[in-house]
Amino acid sequence: MSFRYEVRLSGEGGQGLVLAGKILAEAAAIYDDLNATQSQSYGPEARGGASRSEVIISDEDIDYPKAVNIDLLLALTQESFNKYKDDMKPGGIIIVDDYAVRDVTENGYKVYKMPIIQLAREKVGRILVANIVALGIIAGISKIVSEEALKNAIEARVPKGTEELNLKAFQVGLEASRNLN
Amino acid sequence: MSEKSNGKARVITGNEACAEGALAAGMRFFAGYPITPSSEIAEVLSAKLPKYGGVFLQMEDELGSIGAIIGASLTGTKTMTATSGPGFSLMQENLGYAVMTEVPCVIVNVMRGGPSTGLPTLPSQGDVMQARWGTHGDHQIIALAPFSVRETFDLTVRAFNLAEKYRTPVILLMDEIIGHVNEKVYLPSEDEINVFDRIRPTGSLEEYLPYEHTKSRVPAMADFGSGYRYHVTGLAHDETGFPTNKASEINKLMDRLDQKISMNREDIIDFDEYMMEDAEIAILSYGSTARSSRHAVRLARENGINVGLMRLRTIWPFADEEIKKISEKVKLWIVVEMNRGQIAHEVEWAVAGKIPVFKVNRIDGDPINPLQILEKIKELANVQL
Repeated sequence: MSFRYEVRLSGEGGQGLVLAGKILAEAAAIYDDLNATQSQSYGPEARGGASRSEVIISDEDIDYPKAVNIDLLLALTQESFNKYKDDMKPGGIIIVDDYAVRDVTENGYKVYKMPIIQLAREKVGRILVANIVALGIIAGISKIVSEEALKNAIEARVPKGTEELNLKAFQVGLEASRNLN
Repeated sequence: MSEKSNGKARVITGNEACAEGALAAGMRFFAGYPITPSSEIAEVLSAKLPKYGGVFLQMEDELGSIGAIIGASLTGTKTMTATSGPGFSLMQENLGYAVMTEVPCVIVNVMRGGPSTGLPTLPSQGDVMQARWGTHGDHQIIALAPFSVRETFDLTVRAFNLAEKYRTPVILLMDEIIGHVNEKVYLPSEDEINVFDRIRPTGSLEEYLPYEHTKSRVPAMADFGSGYRYHVTGLAHDETGFPTNKASEINKLMDRLDQKISMNREDIIDFDEYMMEDAEIAILSYGSTARSSRHAVRLARENGINVGLMRLRTIWPFADEEIKKISEKVKLWIVVEMNRGQIAHEVEWAVAGKIPVFKVNRIDGDPINPLQILEKIKELANVQL
């Protein structure tokens, strides 16, 4: 039975969601030997504005590279949540930053309110790595890609010299998701 | 779309694949003026070209960019520029110059919403007709449109081969989705790639005719500085390259320019057929909308509807005869594109009223959703024609 798993990562331009999407796609495609695409939608602004990055993971060819029936939505800002929460699959997973996204009233989904930005600031020491903390949480909750694959992909993709910081951020996210159970 | 080949799996964008394809084809001179959504082509080449002994030039604007690649090509180098709609508009004058002077070069247009600056970050296929007729005067043009990251690599190589083979500018029409989508690919190794180099003269320096009316219609092209001296002008010219107003000479030139493409249309035209064997409804699409279409075809087949997809890889010259032939076997066409129906009109012309031609279009920057196409297929599957 073939599968198609759709992930939408949303937030503000500059939060690194395009990079997070690329890492997730590389983890699936290169290290877990699945097929994956990553695409993005953003405005003409250099920074700010609602931004989204979409990853499709499948065990067969992916024709349409955009999300239409979302299995997992991440939102790091209220604006991006409001703008991009449509197209959710019934019963799908919604992960939001619990401080930035206050207004989540949607029913029929698995909603996880997580202190993503706070974890990045307090446990890792850099708010900049909130995107990677989020990847740890996504890996822990969805299990759509293996932890090992994501670690490899992070190491290969993040700027040289920041590998340790980013792997720590991933670990912090992963542990936060484990504490849920 | 992750066609296996030698080498390891990579996840790269269409823009990166375009840059890699150009390098593999032997492109060693790039001049450009970065513009969204094509900028990564310039970005990658600015880092890589010098390592291949090539030249990367960031120009003052797009007029200069295409001027530079025409000039550099005359020295015998394979050249390319990359832009989007606004820049492509600025290139139209020199594009005609390259057609008239028969200078091989590749112009990449990663299409975004227009007109004017329009939608810099959003996809469109609004420049299909501009590619065909944007520059003035009667002329032929070659334009190719890839639908995946791997195919972007392959068609970039092909764009150079066709440019060299037919001494003509070739346009690679990408769109924002194909330019920016990250996709798993296995790029071919060097020995799996066929590269064609322009035919150069071998005769005496004195007798060389740069625009000779040869049987192949494609005269040998000498590198500037190799000893063969000739005149290059956008004016109508005779076989020596000097301007002429003589009707008989002009006719010979214009016929040859037309025939070198039209006589070789089978070699240039390239398309893919997906589930067309028993199709009653035929979809025609290209570029990223062909992905939406293929997805829709699979969904419709699950609903028991006999639908197939003809996907153009060569947009110009147009596959009118091939479409005419397919029209004898199917009941109707649905043309899917991110414009108001630029290729749909060409299909209507080819079909000449024999069967109906329907359209699925979108011009608001949102990609065409497969479900939008599926709806149209279902609606038409139930209609008695």
